[in-house]
Amino acid sequence: MLDSSLTELQAALAARKISSVELTRLFLDRSRALNGALNAYVTLDEETSLDQARKADERRAKGEAGGPLAGIPVAHKDIFCTRELRTTCGSRMLEHYKSPYDAHVIEQFEHAGAVLLGKTNMDEFAMGSSNETSHFGPVRNPWDRRLVPGGSSGGSAAAVAARMAPAATGTDTGGSIRQPAALTGICGLKPTYGLVSRYCMVAFASSLDQGGPLGRSAADLALLLNVMAGHDARDSTSLDRPKEDYTRDLDAPLKGLRIGLPAEYFGEGVEPGVLKCVREAIAWFEAQGARTLPVELPNTALAVPVYYVIAPAEASSNLSRFDGVRYGHRAKDYADLADMYCRTRAEGFGPEVKRRIMIGTYVLSHGYYDAYYLQAQKVRRLIARDFSEAFKQCDLVMGPTSPTTAFPLGAKTDDPVQMYLNDIFTIPAPLAGLPGLSIPCGFDGKGLPVGLQIMGNHFAEARMLGAAHRYQRATDWHRRVPKETPL
Amino acid sequence: MSLSDDQIRRIAQLARIAIGDEESAQVRDRLNRVLGLIDQLQAVDTAGIEPMSHALDVVQPLRPDAVTESDQRARFQSGAPAVEGGLYLVPKVIE
Repeated sequence: MLDSSLTELQAALAARKISSVELTRLFLDRSRALNGALNAYVTLDEETSLDQARKADERRAKGEAGGPLAGIPVAHKDIFCTRELRTTCGSRMLEHYKSPYDAHVIEQFEHAGAVLLGKTNMDEFAMGSSNETSHFGPVRNPWDRRLVPGGSSGGSAAAVAARMAPAATGTDTGGSIRQPAALTGICGLKPTYGLVSRYCMVAFASSLDQGGPLGRSAADLALLLNVMAGHDARDSTSLDRPKEDYTRDLDAPLKGLRIGLPAEYFGEGVEPGVLKCVREAIAWFEAQGARTLPVELPNTALAVPVYYVIAPAEASSNLSRFDGVRYGHRAKDYADLADMYCRTRAEGFGPEVKRRIMIGTYVLSHGYYDAYYLQAQKVRRLIARDFSEAFKQCDLVMGPTSPTTAFPLGAKTDDPVQMYLNDIFTIPAPLAGLPGLSIPCGFDGKGLPVGLQIMGNHFAEARMLGAAHRYQRATDWHRRVPKETPL
Repeated sequence: MSLSDDQIRRIAQLARIAIGDEESAQVRDRLNRVLGLIDQLQAVDTAGIEPMSHALDVVQPLRPDAVTESDQRARFQSGAPAVEGGLYLVPKVIE
């Protein structure tokens, strides 16, 4: 059961081979057993989860249509507000925060009948690529506990990889779903900007943030995206467009599919073990009748500097709400109001969050706005244009998700720039508002999982998932269980 | 360019983040590394390029200016650090 796909779980629940309470307890027990070693969850609450599972079983017993995920437990990144469990965002600032609302994504899973399995650890306010900035301590990679799981949705990724959850949610601003998915050997999808409502999803960088699913297969991601996507008037960036079925292209043929390969994604700085696996995966698509062609994304190297102007600028504005007045932490000792703000924020935020707020404050400040923020917005358009040109020639772009496999804890914490540069291949898609998918495509010489990134034009999710599903029907990389967490 | 201690203090003050003397050297060092990264943008020719402020070129939707929420003040204030009589308490700002 722990290793079943969502479709298999649906069938087992429908056939009464297992109840939702039994299934939920199975995942809760495993999560409790492994969490000390992996630290994937910030909050596990058996009572809440089992209560929801019991209700799902009662609805099923009464013959009610339970929704596509009826009785299936799903873990949520601790950035999605929940009324029942605290929402910490990985920060001391929100350590005891209980939201008066459920996020739209949480509501969608509730409507689909899913059981809330717990809240997963993450980099503080989603700022990080290794899950080391969490106030609740780092998450560890189930393939090797000395290594990071990636970030910022590292808790969700580790939970899915270690079979502590059948599926999980995450958010992606510069790679925070795709990079941890790659580093833990699972699948993760960042949808087109605006597809998933951000209502009560704690804001980091509003022109980039997007929620999405993490799961063990492309087929599972399609089911999860069906649940998550949809218009919500409470988020002004939520797109009002007809509902799609993201499973519709799962069996679409690959013959004639045009795959663009940007030279910029296959150059220096990419580990040979990563390149080898990615090239082999692409060769498989060619063998199925897909056609590969070179495309140019010449501004790729500028994506990281653009991102580290725009994201901190937006973060400095979004995080100004944490002032010790309406919610969250407040310092105990202070002289006056200004001092209360300064001490509250000094105590409540960790070093990486402070750094990004300060960079953002600087690039938006008088005299520097044009040189940094406006210039970054212009280069952002150049990057977006490169993609529109590429997608005139090809249907999908493929390359590595991350230039490296998982790295040791502490390896990049002394130099923020080294950490930032690791996201070079995941930052461009959100800058252009595009969807990006990462699926496992092999292991490097150290036995660590490698991620293949599949990017598409706006709203190409079904096609991307379809290509990934065909690949997963022929390969078993996505079925491998991490060595440190055997079933 | 690289930031001086005075500039760091000014930015921290604008951001309302207290920085202790013992951390200021490390903060300066790390911020300057990040500035070194983003300074690469200065060399890019962007003449005639429109700034891109949003991921998609879409118009912000408008909604009727109607009351849709009920009064839930007590619930919202239940998580606040200090409230009294329905008001958020802050240190005295006017003598």
